[in-house]
Amino acid sequence: MFSQYTTEELYNIFLMQCFSGLSLFSVLLLMGLGLALIFGQMGVINMAHGEFMALGAYTVYFCSSMTEQYAPSLGPYYFVFAIGIAFAICALVGALVEFLMIRHLYHRPLDTLLATWGLSLIMQQTYRSLFGAREVTPTLPDWLMGSFNIKEGLDIPINGVFVLCLALAVTLVLMVFMYKSKFGLRLRATVQNRKMSGAVGINTGKVDRLAFSLGCGIAGIAGAAFTTIGSTGPDSGSRYIVDAFLVVVFGGAANLLGSVASAFGIAQAQSILEFFLDGTKGKVATLLVIVIALMFRPQGLFPSKVRGH
Amino acid sequence: MLSVQNLSVSYGQSNVIPDMSFSAAAGEILGIVGRNGMGKSTLFRALIGMLPSRGGRILLKDREITRDAPHQRVGHGVAFVPQGRMIFPYLTVYENLISGVRGKVSEEAVNEIYALFPVLRDMKKRKGGNLSGGQQQQLAIGRALMTNPSVLLLDEPTEGIQPSIIKDISRSLREIRDMKNLTIVVSEQVLSFVLDTCDSIKVIDRGRLIREDRRADVDAEQIKAMLAV
Repeated sequence: MFSQYTTEELYNIFLMQCFSGLSLFSVLLLMGLGLALIFGQMGVINMAHGEFMALGAYTVYFCSSMTEQYAPSLGPYYFVFAIGIAFAICALVGALVEFLMIRHLYHRPLDTLLATWGLSLIMQQTYRSLFGAREVTPTLPDWLMGSFNIKEGLDIPINGVFVLCLALAVTLVLMVFMYKSKFGLRLRATVQNRKMSGAVGINTGKVDRLAFSLGCGIAGIAGAAFTTIGSTGPDSGSRYIVDAFLVVVFGGAANLLGSVASAFGIAQAQSILEFFLDGTKGKVATLLVIVIALMFRPQGLFPSKVRGH
Repeated sequence: MLSVQNLSVSYGQSNVIPDMSFSAAAGEILGIVGRNGMGKSTLFRALIGMLPSRGGRILLKDREITRDAPHQRVGHGVAFVPQGRMIFPYLTVYENLISGVRGKVSEEAVNEIYALFPVLRDMKKRKGGNLSGGQQQQLAIGRALMTNPSVLLLDEPTEGIQPSIIKDISRSLREIRDMKNLTIVVSEQVLSFVLDTCDSIKVIDRGRLIREDRRADVDAEQIKAMLAV
C-alpha cells in the first residue's frame, strides 16, 4: 500500500499528519472548551454551538471585507482585532440567547436539545441569507501565509502554528479564569450544588448567563481560528459539533484538562488514521476506541474524585 | 430581628406549614425541636428562600424578604447551614469559605473563622468532600458566617456528628452569638444539644409550633416525651 514511499518520506508524512492533527486539535480544543463550559459545567446541551463557531468565522470574514473596502492599510493587523470582535459578538449573542431562551429550559435537557437544534437551523438560514450558500474565505494577512521549512520534504504551515498558539493561550486564560477568579469559583460552586450556591449568596442566574456567554465567545474564537485553515459555509459549524461533544464527554464532562487531553487524542487519531486507513475508516476506528474507553470509564478520562459528601 | 408572620408553605397539595408565626430577638439562640417529618427543614428552606412561601411574611430587621431570591436574602443578612451540610465537595476548604463573599475577601474574616474552627486552617487546601462529617459541619458554619449575617439558620447541625464534636459546635455557636450579637435559629432532634445551646425552645408538630419555653423553664422530660416516636 505504501510501497511507492521511501521510509524517510513515510516518516515525513507521519510528522506532517501529526502537525495537521495539531491544527485539528486546536479547533477541537477551542470548540471543546466552549462546550465544556456550557455542557460540561452547566449541563446545557447546546446543539447550536457549532453555529456560534460559524458566527465567529463569518465575523472575521465580515471584518476582512470591511478592512479591504474601507481601510486596506490595516490589512496586516485586522485579523488580531477580528478575533477579539468575533469573541465579543458571539459572547453577546450567547448572553441574549441565554436570557431569551436557555434560562427558561434549565433542568429540561430534551427541551433544551430541541430548542437549540431549532436555533442552529435559524442561525444557518440567517448565514445563508446574509452571506449566500457558497463558502467564503477571509483574506488572511501575509504574515499568516507560508510555512516553516524544518528540513527537506517537511513543511510546517504558519497558520497552523498560529492557531495552535491561539488555542493554547485561550486554554491558559480560561484555566486561570476558572481557578483564580471570583467568577470561576462561583461557577464551580454553582455546578456542584446550584440550590446551595444561591443559599450562600451566589446569584446563580448571573453565573449561568456569564458562563453561557463565555462558552459562546470561545466558540467565536474557534470560528476565527477555523478561517485560517478552512473556508466557512452556513453548515461549517455543524460539521464540528459531534466531535466537540465527543471531546467533552470523553475528557470527563466537568474537567477542562480532560477536554484538552481528549481533543489532542481524538484529533491526532483522526488525522493519522485518515492517512494510513482512509477518512471514514479513520473516523470509525477513533469512535470505536472512544466507545470502548467510555464502557470502562463512563465518567470520561478524568472524572473528579472526593471521599463523599 | 427575625419575624415570621402567618407563614404558610406547601409541597404541591400538601400544606406542610399551614400558619406559623414566631420571632427571634437580636442575640437570641432559638431552638426548634421536633420529630422527623414535622416541617423543620421545610421551615428553614422557606426562610432562606429555597422553597417559596404560599402565604405570610418573613421580616428581617423590619424589612420584608418574603419574595426575595436566596442570594438576596443572604445579602440582607440571613445565612443558612442546611441539613447534611451541603458543602461544595470539589472546592477547597478556603474556596468553600469565600464562595459566597461579595466584593473583596477579607483575610481578617477568614482568620476569624480559622480561630473559631482551627481544623479548617490546617485543612484549608483540602477538598471539602474529603473532610469528615464534623469537619464539614464546621466548614458549613464557617461558610455561612463569612457572609457576615445578622441571622444564622442551622438545620439539624448534629446529624451524623460524633458526640465530642457536638459539644464543640454548641460551644462555638454560643461564642459566635456573644462575639457578634447574632440571632441563631437552630432546628434539632437532639434535646441535650438544644438544652446546652439555646436560650429558648419551641416544639414543632405537623407544621405548627405547639409549645414554647425559655431555657430556664424547660421541662426536659415533657419535651422528650413529645419527641418520642
